[in-house]
Amino acid sequence: MATNYSGLCIGVTGLNANDNPGPGVAVIRALKAGFGSNIRVIGLSYESLEPGIYMRDLVDKTYQIPYPTAGTVALKERLAYIHDQENLNVIIPNFDAELHNFIKIAAELNNIGIKTFLPSLEQLRRRDKSNLFEFGQKNGLEVPADQKLYSVTDLQKAADELGFPLVIKGKFYDAHVAYNMESALKAFHQLETVWGYPVIAQQHIKGIEINVAALGDGEGNNVSIVPMRKLYITEKGKAWAGVTIEDEALMSLANKFAEATNWKGSYELEIIRDTDDKLFILEINPRFPAWIYLAVAAGQNQPAALVKMALGEIIAASVKYETGKMFIRHSWDEVVDIADFQKMSAFGEL
Amino acid sequence: MKIKKNIATSENGFIFNPATGDSFSANAMASAILLAIKSGASAIEIKQDILQKYEVNAEQLDRDWEDWIIQLKEANLLEFESNNGN
Repeated sequence: MATNYSGLCIGVTGLNANDNPGPGVAVIRALKAGFGSNIRVIGLSYESLEPGIYMRDLVDKTYQIPYPTAGTVALKERLAYIHDQENLNVIIPNFDAELHNFIKIAAELNNIGIKTFLPSLEQLRRRDKSNLFEFGQKNGLEVPADQKLYSVTDLQKAADELGFPLVIKGKFYDAHVAYNMESALKAFHQLETVWGYPVIAQQHIKGIEINVAALGDGEGNNVSIVPMRKLYITEKGKAWAGVTIEDEALMSLANKFAEATNWKGSYELEIIRDTDDKLFILEINPRFPAWIYLAVAAGQNQPAALVKMALGEIIAASVKYETGKMFIRHSWDEVVDIADFQKMSAFGEL
Repeated sequence: MKIKKNIATSENGFIFNPATGDSFSANAMASAILLAIKSGASAIEIKQDILQKYEVNAEQLDRDWEDWIIQLKEANLLEFESNNGN
C-alpha cells in the first residue's frame, strides 16, 4: 500500500519486548498500521537480545546505539553514522533513561534532517518521579505523598512518616510494594544498585489501576487521549491485559497535565482510582506506553500522529475512540539463526 | 430505577461498564430484566411480566428483586437510587 509517507525512514528505540516491555515494537506496529508497509523502520537497540531486532517483518534493520551513560557525543556520532547509511527522517525514543540525551541533541539532529517531537528538559524534569509530589501540589493534581531516599536512615524516616505498605521505586524503572522494613530494605538496595539515587518511597494507594496514553502538542493541548483499565497485572506491575474505558474525569486530568506543562510529545499517566473515586497520579512516563497499539486499535494512532507532528503537520485533536477494546499480551518464541545474533553482537548491526 | 446509559449489555448476558472497565456475566433471567430496564420498562411492569410468565409468588419475587437491586448498586450499574420502593 503506497501512501504519501512511502519511503519515510523512522528510527525507533525500545525493542525489548520482554516481561518488562519497552514500547518500541508496539510503536512500530502502529506506524505500519498508520503509514502502510512501505516505510522503512530502523531499530535502535542497546543489547543484542532485544526481541524486536529479530522481528524482520516489523524492523528493516537494527543498529546498536551507546548506552545513555556514554553521553551525548557518543550518541550523536552513532546516529550520524546511522543517518549516513539510512537517511533517517524521524526518531522516536521510547525509554525514559535515554530521553535526556535525545532532547539535548534534538536541535543538532534537526540540523542534519532528523526530526523528533520531544518535551523540553524542563518539562521532563517537572514530571520526574522525584519531583512528582511537588508538581501535583502546585497544579492541583492528587499525587501520593513520597520521600526521596539516599540512605537507609531516609528509608526508616519514610517508613515512620508514610507507614506500610510502601511503594519503593527506582529512579527510572521498577517498583516494589514493601509490607515491612525487611522487604523495603531489600528493594531499596536493589533499586539503588540498578538505577542509582534517589530511590523513592511512595505512599501506597489501594484501588483500580488505570493508565492513560496521550499526545501533547507542546502548546497546552492534547491531540489524543486514550484511557485503559488494567485487567491483568504481572508481578512486575505491568499490564498484561487491559480494556479501553471512557471517563470524563480521566480526560480532564490529562488535559490539566498538558495545560500545566505545555507537554510536547507522547506521555502516559499511571493512575489509581481509590475507593472514594479519587484519581491519584502515581507516575508520568515521558513516552508511549508498551500497550500503545491498543490506542491504535481503538481508533487513535498516536505514534503516526507524532511522526506527522514531527514533520511539521498540524494535527487536529481527535476525541473519538472505541471503548471496550481489549488487548491481551502474550509471549512468542521468535526463532532466529545464531548467525544473526552473532552479527548483531559483533558488528552492532543487523 | 435506570441502568447507566453507557452500560453495554448483550443478549447473552454480558455486561460491560465502559467507565470503569468492569464486566459481568448475567444469567438468562437477569439479562432479560436488564434489557427490559434499558428499554424503559418500570420495575412494576417487569415484575408483573415475571409473575405472569413464571411460577413465583409476589413475596418471593420482591425479595429476589431487592437482592438484585443491591447487586446492581454494588456493581455501580445504576444511574440513581430508587426512591419508590422498587
